[in-house]
Amino acid sequence: MRSGVIAKKLGMTRLFLEDGKQVPVTVLQLDSLQVVAQRTADKDGYTAVQLGAGTAKAKRTTAAQRGHFAKANVAPKRKIAEFRVTPDCMIDVGAEITAEHYLAGQFVDVAGTTNGKGFQGAMKRHNFGGLRASHGVSVSHRSHGSTGQCQDPGKVFKGKKMAGHMGAVRVTTQNLQVVRTDAERGLIMIKGAVPGSAGGWVTVKDAVKKPAMADVPTPAAVRMTAGGEA
Amino acid sequence: MNLIAQIEAEQIAALGKTIPDFKAGDTVRVGYKVTEGTRSRVQNYEGVVIARKGGATIAASFTVRKISFGEGVERVFPLYSTNIDGIEVVRRGKVRRAKLYYLRDRRGKSARIAEVTNYKEKSE
Repeated sequence: MRSGVIAKKLGMTRLFLEDGKQVPVTVLQLDSLQVVAQRTADKDGYTAVQLGAGTAKAKRTTAAQRGHFAKANVAPKRKIAEFRVTPDCMIDVGAEITAEHYLAGQFVDVAGTTNGKGFQGAMKRHNFGGLRASHGVSVSHRSHGSTGQCQDPGKVFKGKKMAGHMGAVRVTTQNLQVVRTDAERGLIMIKGAVPGSAGGWVTVKDAVKKPAMADVPTPAAVRMTAGGEA
Repeated sequence: MNLIAQIEAEQIAALGKTIPDFKAGDTVRVGYKVTEGTRSRVQNYEGVVIARKGGATIAASFTVRKISFGEGVERVFPLYSTNIDGIEVVRRGKVRRAKLYYLRDRRGKSARIAEVTNYKEKSE
């Protein structure tokens, strides 16, 4: 199992292909993505790599964080995430992962925090049908309707779909296809939409529901760079 | 320029299309590639441009309206589509607004557009 990557969502655009097809793509950017720490079986009980992305001001990171980054000899990172890997896919601390980590045509799962929608009614939140436009319905055209039975059971069951807070939750979109990568600028173009707003952070992993491509860079496509001071 | 706009500008340059200078009110002939089975040919569609949208982005499009067998037909083309073989300006129209949606409610004489007689080629 390879490591995933942390990426920044830049926004969406489209690509025109030679055969006349248009492909809607989301552009993700790998911004100084480096391995910050390793988790090993004998020390932590599991194997994983901790990655950091973006750049944070040293004076705005806590002393504890500064010490953690200094130990890895990397510049302070804005976003930190751990990815479970198999022991053979371990990556050295300080290695920078490039966009070539993914191949065009490969399928990936992208996780991110969706756009917050605030308090929403049952129609928007759960795709309820609402009530009728006429036939005696007054005021409550967009209400949810009945929430249960009568004296038996005499309560509303837990988990009943009702109005409430919508969005701003972590969502994984599975089986999105990588259309193009640009290692120089650290760009990954993924067909379709990914959760979250432009400028938000997402994590990209190899798709769990599709067979892996044979020639993916294992353990990772890395570029060794001089670490920054912390 | 943000990175998305930069990527779009690069793609527009890479497509290498020559888009003539045209705007709403102009009559254009659009050569559109049609694939029938394995054979592909170019189909011409001629009409009045009633709208241009999307500015300098790769998502820019234009709407061409024509009267076909007494029925108004509108077609929206992506400006940078690889399916477009070429765009040819047939006639320059003199109009006072950017979107000519009012033409949809007009027929015959009142749907005419005056021709620009003093059109100057944009020097680039």
